[in-house]
Amino acid sequence: MTNDADINTHSNAKLERDTPDNSAPWVGRSVLRREDAALLMGAGRYADDVATPRGTLYAAIVRSPHAHALIKSMDTSKALALPGVHHVLTGEDIRAISDPFLIVLKKPIDQWALAVERVRYVGEAVAVVIAEDRYIAEDGADLVDVTYDPLPIVINPREAVRPDAPVLHPDAGSNELSVREFTYGEPDKAFAEAHKTVSLEVEYPRSTYTPMECFVVVANYLRGDDSYDVLANFQGPFSIHPVMARSLRVPGTRLRLRIPADSGGSFGIKLSVFPYIVLMSLASRIAGRPVKWVEDRLEHLQAANSGPNRVTKIEAAVTENGRVTALRFDNMEDYGAYLRAPMPGPLYRMHGATTGAYDIRNLAMTNRVVVTNKMPAALVRGFGGPQLYLAVERLMQRVAIELGLDPLDVIRRNLIPAGSFPYRTCAGALYDSGDYQQAIDKATGDGRLDDLLARREKARKEGRMYGIGFATVVEPGMSNMGYLSTINPVEMRERQGPKNGAVSMVKVNVDAVGTVSVTADLTVQGQGHATAISQIVADRLGLTPDDISINLELDTQKDTWSIAAGTYSCRFSPGTAVAAHIAAQRIREKVARIAAKQLNTVADDIDFGGGRVFSKSNPDNGAAFARITGTAHWSPVLMPESDEPGLSETGIWSPPELEPPSSKDEINTSLTYGFVFDMCGVEIDPVTMQVRVDRYVSMHDAGTLINPLLAEGQIHGAFVQGLASALYEEIVYDEAGALQSGTFAEYLVPTACEVPPVELMHIETPSPFTPLGAKGLAEGNCMSTPVCIANAVADALSLKDVPLPVTPQRLNALVCGAEAAPPAGMAAAPSKAGASDAAITGDGSVTVQASPADIWKALLDPESLKHIIPGCHSVSTVTPDHYRAEVSLGVGPIRGRFTANVKLSDLEAERAATLSGDLTGPLGKAQGSGHVTLTPEGEATRIDYTYGVDIGGKVASVGGRMIKRAAQIVIGQFFERLAGIASGGHDGNPDTADASGKSGSWISRLLGGKK
Amino acid sequence: MKPAPFTYIRPDTLDEAVTALAQHGADARVLAGGQSLMAMLNLRLVEPKALIDISRLGELRSIRLDGDMIEVGAAVTQAEFLAWPQLKEKAPFIARALPWVGHFQTRNRGTVCGSIAHADPSSELPLSLALLEGEVVLRSKSGTRRLKASEFQTGMLQTARRDDEMVIAVRFPAGVGLKGAAFREVARRHGDFAIVSVGAVSAEKGAVRVGVGGVAEKPACISIGASMSTPDITDRIERLAWELGGHDDIHASARYRRDLVRRMVPTLIGEVRACAK
Repeated sequence: MTNDADINTHSNAKLERDTPDNSAPWVGRSVLRREDAALLMGAGRYADDVATPRGTLYAAIVRSPHAHALIKSMDTSKALALPGVHHVLTGEDIRAISDPFLIVLKKPIDQWALAVERVRYVGEAVAVVIAEDRYIAEDGADLVDVTYDPLPIVINPREAVRPDAPVLHPDAGSNELSVREFTYGEPDKAFAEAHKTVSLEVEYPRSTYTPMECFVVVANYLRGDDSYDVLANFQGPFSIHPVMARSLRVPGTRLRLRIPADSGGSFGIKLSVFPYIVLMSLASRIAGRPVKWVEDRLEHLQAANSGPNRVTKIEAAVTENGRVTALRFDNMEDYGAYLRAPMPGPLYRMHGATTGAYDIRNLAMTNRVVVTNKMPAALVRGFGGPQLYLAVERLMQRVAIELGLDPLDVIRRNLIPAGSFPYRTCAGALYDSGDYQQAIDKATGDGRLDDLLARREKARKEGRMYGIGFATVVEPGMSNMGYLSTINPVEMRERQGPKNGAVSMVKVNVDAVGTVSVTADLTVQGQGHATAISQIVADRLGLTPDDISINLELDTQKDTWSIAAGTYSCRFSPGTAVAAHIAAQRIREKVARIAAKQLNTVADDIDFGGGRVFSKSNPDNGAAFARITGTAHWSPVLMPESDEPGLSETGIWSPPELEPPSSKDEINTSLTYGFVFDMCGVEIDPVTMQVRVDRYVSMHDAGTLINPLLAEGQIHGAFVQGLASALYEEIVYDEAGALQSGTFAEYLVPTACEVPPVELMHIETPSPFTPLGAKGLAEGNCMSTPVCIANAVADALSLKDVPLPVTPQRLNALVCGAEAAPPAGMAAAPSKAGASDAAITGDGSVTVQASPADIWKALLDPESLKHIIPGCHSVSTVTPDHYRAEVSLGVGPIRGRFTANVKLSDLEAERAATLSGDLTGPLGKAQGSGHVTLTPEGEATRIDYTYGVDIGGKVASVGGRMIKRAAQIVIGQFFERLAGIASGGHDGNPDTADASGKSGSWISRLLGGKK
Repeated sequence: MKPAPFTYIRPDTLDEAVTALAQHGADARVLAGGQSLMAMLNLRLVEPKALIDISRLGELRSIRLDGDMIEVGAAVTQAEFLAWPQLKEKAPFIARALPWVGHFQTRNRGTVCGSIAHADPSSELPLSLALLEGEVVLRSKSGTRRLKASEFQTGMLQTARRDDEMVIAVRFPAGVGLKGAAFREVARRHGDFAIVSVGAVSAEKGAVRVGVGGVAEKPACISIGASMSTPDITDRIERLAWELGGHDDIHASARYRRDLVRRMVPTLIGEVRACAK
């Protein structure tokens, strides 16, 4: 995002303000961001700001409250009857006019733009209401009546691969969609000969990086030529454009996709607008009008995007002195409900670089792709790196601990030697350049490491919990578009033909008055690409960045692009920036030839500078850049014979190093490989168990920095997000599949107050594979910071397993051990009843002045049940032991109307019964059961009850802080009323659904555990 | 995230406001600062038929001393109360607790009375009212009544307010805690709802009155006598932790909440006792 530079920091970037030196190259200087004036003045041009065509309608999406269910029926009549609603689109509608999305794996796991027949995660789109405005569309969405038939769910990938697990995609036969084994070198031999094997299991959690701006789509179906004109804040890669066109059943040329000038952040996330581009295109076609949809935050946090969670079992074969001779991985990556293209990217994006910064020649790897009932995973900044390095760098610390060595010594002993670059890893990556030893020496030098050690020693003497962590990361830049084909066995790859490369394209124009303009194959997300391109082009043409006009809107019908287009995987510096350099160089060469003819010299003698084109040997012999270039437009007669008139060049860049996977599965996954070394000290607050980052040093080598200011902005942003993954952000599902992190009150994005200062350092070892020497840089700290902090926490508390994110309650449980029993005479707080897996469980008992027979009668009588069920409006009998009720439920001001099904079973007359059922309504849904036993106690009866309830849908995802208590209150009401009825006097007002007034004391008595 | 349709009513006087409330009753919600209500409306967690906006009623905008009580009108924002020149001198505890309410930006709109009327178990102001043993002033068409803090908040988001009543003011006793006042809360991030909040003030005869928010359905208060020994205090706090029980949510387990009570309460008692000396 663009606000990265706000963070309190040590910055090395020397700002270029009012007195630029026009003779020195612009590349390498901290030119201020040309983007900021508009953004800071509120003049950004985001997708939602763009004027919509006349007659545009607005969409709201109906989403599944179930994690896994069959769609039994859908009644749209009430929604359609609402004035202002034009259409309601269902899965059956889109099935008739579109196709499922293509996926990478050849597996029968169809995903359509709307759920067809079955939903597989909470938040999956099931219908679209198209109306005059968004308010009416949302009113209509509440009126779409979908009935579901719930299916068993699976959330944990370890359980998903068991033979008895519910299968999400029955045609695929299993939730484990791909298992691939890779061997490089002789890992078995290395393990057999090892002094010791060090092993660890780590789990990278689900998280995402939330852009400020959510998805926006304005789709317009053009009947004249059966084409779609769509404006959306899509980020690429444009390899997904054919996927969308194919789903819409049109050739790519008839899906015109336009990307606006500004985007409020992306971090990978805005790839995932693509299913909605198709969905809204279909909506426009059916409505016959343009349709606009703006994703809201509730939709975003439940359904937009998530990084995959990964379980890694990792082992190292080590020598006595800590040299790692082989690594063995078992990766199980959980992609959620569907495998959207380009998944399973995160499992393969780092493939060549699996051994990280280390010279390890033997490697064995098993990669498993698993689906579960969670939102589909897709691109998130870091993209496979955080998952990989959590395993590798935690393991390196374990190697040191188990061998009694210093962790930094173990890192140093295993680093790829300086001077051995370009270095080919055992899995096929070709590391372009680096000097890891120098980077670590500088980062730890000048007393920085000594200071950390002194802080730790002092803290520990005082009994404080303090630890130090290290992490080394090789940061890939610009992905090889062929890396994903590594997932296919070699025979299949040979059949399909090679996939490789990454084509970048930039167009530079010089107009009739010498003004230079640039368009490029990237999507703006706030990085400052226009600033960087202006520096690159200015250098080639002897101009200043201000002379260069840049338009980074993208239009697939009018701009040059290839499948690698977009902004992702750190492709700007190794990709688009190079294409800009090439395009500008071509302009330079052509202008030199034009100038040579006019200045009576040869092209080799021409130089550019200060806005002039002149003879090197006689600088006075020259002319203004505008005058020479104008010739190409005004005076074709003056053009050299070899050149066409006009002045427009497209730079195309596809580096030869990006080869397809070899027959031995070796793959150079990226073009450039930067280096990051982080070290930090953390202290754990003994009261709150909150981790505080005491000092954080981050050393980077990204080759030549095009603009240090922009580079540091990227590093700060990645650091904050790495910190978020380490300490705060987590997408949480309960065991019943309900999403519990549905708002920013549950999904905790750190704010400026939570972000510690970070000390940034750089060395520059230019990449020999890019003309500018620049490497990709923007994701490094997303990869290094989570594990660096995890290592520091492990050091502070002597932990082997560090759960991410390292939250206070998790550390509290780890540090404090088991809780002492409550004092005599006090009940333990309600805890999970052993028998139930439900998210909310409880038990209680109440003594009623009535006989078991009276209570039994009340339970079996619909009229009594009407009074017993809290907030009940009506009860109808479906079968003798199955009732349907309309109820209003809520706590305080929060209330909603639900349909309840209540079933009685396991009846033992006057002794015991099981009540089970479900509730559904716009606020959400609940399923549960309770068991009641009646025990006579003299004149009275003791009612003992246990219950388990799972709550899903909206209330579960937005009300996390209160939902359990609210549910307990409502359940409590049921038993209160049962007691009231049975003893002959209910409270008389079945519409009172909350526990206010006199019932409050009863509830607190019940739930407080006091009799 | 658009609210369901509702009628917006902006009365010009308090009488008009209570008349509108009498007419709409449970179907209406009173809007003051809107820092909780607007979010709940947009999430469609609440769908009132009418919204009665009292934020611009001049009659409700004052902070005044009424004998030994500080009366804060229902349109007074948290920021205005925090900036009240006599706050530190008359209500040192509130001066400590108020900066923890939300963020600077939300305090500029959120009201003191709105927070208390909303009765969130984690909020600082309901805890303040309970700890200081303040009062809530309720007005309906049929008159005005005052409830003690302990009578007003009955549970989580639940109060003794009747559907035709609105909170027009809250009253805090002036001068409580002059000999010692302390407040601390633990939240995941700055400005988040408290996982546990603890307040303590010096009380009569050297006692310390302690209030805990965020653990049970409403704030709970205990008194620690001047002569109570350290082991007795530890025992009392242990009992308090179990009495409050706590609950699990995604940010904090019940056990973590109890542990915070165990670790925070003694510190605050110590701070207040140290001040009193």
